[in-house]
Amino acid sequence: MDYQSASQFAQSYGLLYLFGLFIIVLAYALWPRNKEKFDKAAQIPFEEE
Amino acid sequence: MNLFWIALTIIAALLGILLSARAADPGMMIHGMLFSIAAVISAFALISRHYRLAQAPSLGNGGGGIDYNIDIVKAGVIASSFWGVVGFLVGLVIALQLAFPVLNFDLPWTNFGRLRPLHTSAVIFAFGGNILIMTSFHVVQRTCRARLAGDLAPWFVFWGYQLFIVLAATGYVLGITQSKEYAEPEWYVDIWLTIVWVVYLLVFLATLWKRQEKHIYVANWFFLAFIVTVAMLHIVNNLSVPVSLTGVKSYSLFAGVQSALTQWWYGHNAVGFFLTAGFLGIMYYFIPKRVNRPVYSYRLSIIHFWSLIFLYIWAGPHHLHYTALPDWAQTLGMTFSIMLWMPSWGGMINGLMTLSGAWDKLRTDPVVRFLVASVAFYGMSTFEGPLMSIKAVNALSHYTDWTIGHVHSGALGWVAYISFGALYFLVPVLWKRKSLYSDALVNLHFWVSTVGILLYITAMWVSGILQGLMWRAYDSFGFLEYSFSETVEAMHPFYIIRAIGGLLFVLGSLIMVYNLWRTARGDIREKEAGSLVPNAEFAGAR
Repeated sequence: MDYQSASQFAQSYGLLYLFGLFIIVLAYALWPRNKEKFDKAAQIPFEEE
Repeated sequence: MNLFWIALTIIAALLGILLSARAADPGMMIHGMLFSIAAVISAFALISRHYRLAQAPSLGNGGGGIDYNIDIVKAGVIASSFWGVVGFLVGLVIALQLAFPVLNFDLPWTNFGRLRPLHTSAVIFAFGGNILIMTSFHVVQRTCRARLAGDLAPWFVFWGYQLFIVLAATGYVLGITQSKEYAEPEWYVDIWLTIVWVVYLLVFLATLWKRQEKHIYVANWFFLAFIVTVAMLHIVNNLSVPVSLTGVKSYSLFAGVQSALTQWWYGHNAVGFFLTAGFLGIMYYFIPKRVNRPVYSYRLSIIHFWSLIFLYIWAGPHHLHYTALPDWAQTLGMTFSIMLWMPSWGGMINGLMTLSGAWDKLRTDPVVRFLVASVAFYGMSTFEGPLMSIKAVNALSHYTDWTIGHVHSGALGWVAYISFGALYFLVPVLWKRKSLYSDALVNLHFWVSTVGILLYITAMWVSGILQGLMWRAYDSFGFLEYSFSETVEAMHPFYIIRAIGGLLFVLGSLIMVYNLWRTARGDIREKEAGSLVPNAEFAGAR
């Protein structure tokens, strides 16, 4: 692969791939219905007997 | 099953003797012997364990509660404290060697070139590695509310890792190296570490598998990313062909710029996943535990995790600015390094804000001081790193002491401080003590080593920028203004200041070891008896 095609691939699909992943992560983390689950998860270190 | 493992250790002992007898070079002769001795000791340990268990079968923990594997974590505390002091001490020695070259003693074994990898491996892999294995074993058990998986497997990981350290360290002193920074051990030591690491991964995964919590706590995500990625990096970067199966020398599968890029893909992710992701796992468990508050934002911790691991893996090429590496790859490395500002600072804010509403603990609890200072250093060095990856800045900073200063603000300030915090937290918990032996000594340790770090990094900043400016100075005829030896001479005072900083850091670690030892023994410093910060998990009797 020469420089031109490598950089074109990185600048289009590479960008879309990473940005897409980031959107998915944001949606998962900020989805309102997940809030309760995460609030509970934050308490895990204190739940030892 | 026990017989099978005993047989395996005896075969390993014979293999070691065979390797030693047929060795193509003195290095393999010594390492074959070391391997054989280790195998004999483990055979002996397995056999005596067999008889001990046959005589007194385990009664369990007498009902109630989870029977956590505490012994393996205790062993990790001892090993990491030991290797920490050794690693810091070797660092002090090589700092003094740079200031006073006569300390090389004109002997091959004590030469700076051999002791420097001994220092880096001792602090990163021996101290840091033992801290990570130990804390991950503690955290995964507690947050999954399940006993660590495996009976012998965790102990194989622990002792196998110590053997890796001994083989690597003795190898450096004997001159055995594949000359890849942070990946110096030769092919046979690499294979051994791969075996140990895969067992480590299996123990961790199996413990997650039998967890009683539905959700996997975020600290475990960071530990898992660290274990998996280090396995991948280690295997790819160490692909090589040995010259002889009974000799130490091997040749890398890669050559030229490909070799350089693979090496720095490995090297930078050793920083990203060994020294960052793993220690962030420590941050996400021990800071909430010590200040008794949940993490500031669990959602931010998820965003932190995924963006950190997806960005870090691309940042390696910034180690190869202005080299034969294609320009676009250099720019790519720089861009991803700068993007790392966001997850790094997101993580720092998350760690620091966990204290909101409990900031008074910074004044009353010296262990919290270590934890908070470490996160502050994390923020500072992850700000400095991307800055140095910018090509124009890198043109000045690269190959100078600025890099060394940057590495140490991360390694001493972030990695070591969060580890000290975890050690001070763990010893009273594991040995079931009401508190530490002395909080005043923790405070003393904190200030002695903080002054040490500050002396170290400020000396290296000044020396690095001075060095970089002298290298690039031209006179009016277009000739270089300074000869190389003039730049070396100019750095001498800073090397002495750096060595003093290192000395203070070593002294601090000795204060810590003394304090931890007295704590484990169950002592309390009488003067402080009434005012010690209590161990929150203390339930049993002292």
